Amino acid sequence: MGVITEFLKGLRVTGGTMLRTVTGREMVTTEYPKEKRQKPQRFHGRHVLNRYPDGMEKCIGCELCAGACPADCIYVRGMDNDPESPISPGERYGYVYEINMLRCIFCGLCVEACPTEAITMTHLFEMSTTNRQDAIYTREELLMDRSGNVPHMFADDGMVDREELATADGWLRATAPSGETAYQGVTMWQGTPGPAAWDPEPSQDEIDARTETSDG
Amino acid sequence: MRWAEIGIVLLRVVLVFALLLGATIINVWAERKIVADMQSRIGPKRAGPWGILQTVADGLKLFFKESVTPRKAELATFMLAPFLAVIPAFLIFMMVPFGAPFTIGGEEVILQGADLNIGLLFILAMSSMAVYAVVLAGWSSGSKYPLIGGVRATAQAISYEAAMGLAMVAVVMFTATQGEGGTLSLAEIVARQDGTWAGFIPRWNAFPQIVAFVIFMIAIVAETNRAPFDLVEAEQEIVGGFHTEYSGMRFAMFFLAEYVNIFSMSAIAATLFLGGWNGPTWEGTVPALVSAILPTIWFLLKTYLIVFIFFWLRATVPRLRYDQLMSLGWKRLIPAALAWIVVSSVAIGVRQFGVPWGG
Repeated sequence: MGVITEFLKGLRVTGGTMLRTVTGREMVTTEYPKEKRQKPQRFHGRHVLNRYPDGMEKCIGCELCAGACPADCIYVRGMDNDPESPISPGERYGYVYEINMLRCIFCGLCVEACPTEAITMTHLFEMSTTNRQDAIYTREELLMDRSGNVPHMFADDGMVDREELATADGWLRATAPSGETAYQGVTMWQGTPGPAAWDPEPSQDEIDARTETSDG
Repeated sequence: MRWAEIGIVLLRVVLVFALLLGATIINVWAERKIVADMQSRIGPKRAGPWGILQTVADGLKLFFKESVTPRKAELATFMLAPFLAVIPAFLIFMMVPFGAPFTIGGEEVILQGADLNIGLLFILAMSSMAVYAVVLAGWSSGSKYPLIGGVRATAQAISYEAAMGLAMVAVVMFTATQGEGGTLSLAEIVARQDGTWAGFIPRWNAFPQIVAFVIFMIAIVAETNRAPFDLVEAEQEIVGGFHTEYSGMRFAMFFLAEYVNIFSMSAIAATLFLGGWNGPTWEGTVPALVSAILPTIWFLLKTYLIVFIFFWLRATVPRLRYDQLMSLGWKRLIPAALAWIVVSSVAIGVRQFGVPWGG
């Protein structure tokens, strides 16, 4: 008899799920290209090269990102700035900047390594191409323009969500403060016109308070 | 035989064929949709409105695929098996009356492939034939997993056909008390379930023969090799079972046979236990055409109720282990069916002749 009650219990589970799904109260599927899910705040998506608000490039061509990269997919060549019309505030700037997206493992170590926060990550992950050449992103694809817009290889494609390119990955927000509580809630880096213009990470006390209340 | 009669017979055959193909198209789609709903998914939705053309798309795809033949296959048997699966599946449904007989232009038309007086026996024979297809397909593939699937099919079909046949025996015995003499004709069995008991309970065999109904339901699920009795094609253990080596149109025929079998078996269950096409037709209060079509609609509703149970089971119950399958068949269902035959024959006897110690 136990088997029969268990059997009926199982039928009730599937039947109930069916009723909930049919009436639209439960659905695990999102119809991906049509509706996109909110990605986690620290999602590691496509890279972007940032500028300062005055239009100067943040990259100083130091090649630390290339050195940090475990997949060896970044190639940087620096060049001395022309003192009359400098491209970056430093001595040099990133003259060649290439990332091979086929090799990139999206670990974010380049972002950690960058001393000037020139390279950050966005929430865009749709980067499929039809040939290998297109998967190597150069300065043209990576560097934002002076108004903070990030270029996209297929900007006219209906699938491309420009919003995602304009969303900064939250890694810096979480880790930038030097570890001292005095800096909690303070944006450590100068804002940029585009993706890197983020809100300060809430202090740990705030986060604790929030989780406590939500835990009930 | 007059031309009109031949025409009507041909028309009936074509009608049954079309009904089965149409039902298969709907069933495959409905199964995927219903199982998807039960798992909080969406299911097919791209091909046609609500994805209803999904089966057509799948069929077209399979049609253009290469039919691969394994090097070690027994070629003749290997090619024959898919046809052996499809033909009995269609023949079974030939016995099922799917609507009330009507008269058109002086000719009486029965909505049934053929009204054999041994209809029930024919169904049992054909469902046994269907097993040959599985066994031969498994054996002739010349490969291990199909062979295992085929061997399993043999044992499973023998075990559960016995239970199914015994459940039918109880129904036939009960039907004999409902009219003049016994009958194996499905049209007659349906006709004897017409009317109601006590004014509101339909005179379906499912009510007095509830145990036979349950046994029959379990047996037809096993007979059509559906979850939870789909050991014959158990994907997780033996790849695809008997149809592992089949591809293209030959695979599509096995697929078609499986779904036609589900529909036919459900239709037989509806006919034997749920009163077939019997149901209120409201003759006189609704247009004549509506009351002519209503029996078919009742029949389809009842059939799809049982088809739905098939899908529901598939989404719910995990597959039985092989020894569990055997012990359920031989130690539970067959003794239960035999005991039920005894019980119902005693009940029938008492009702006809009174208690032996009575006056």
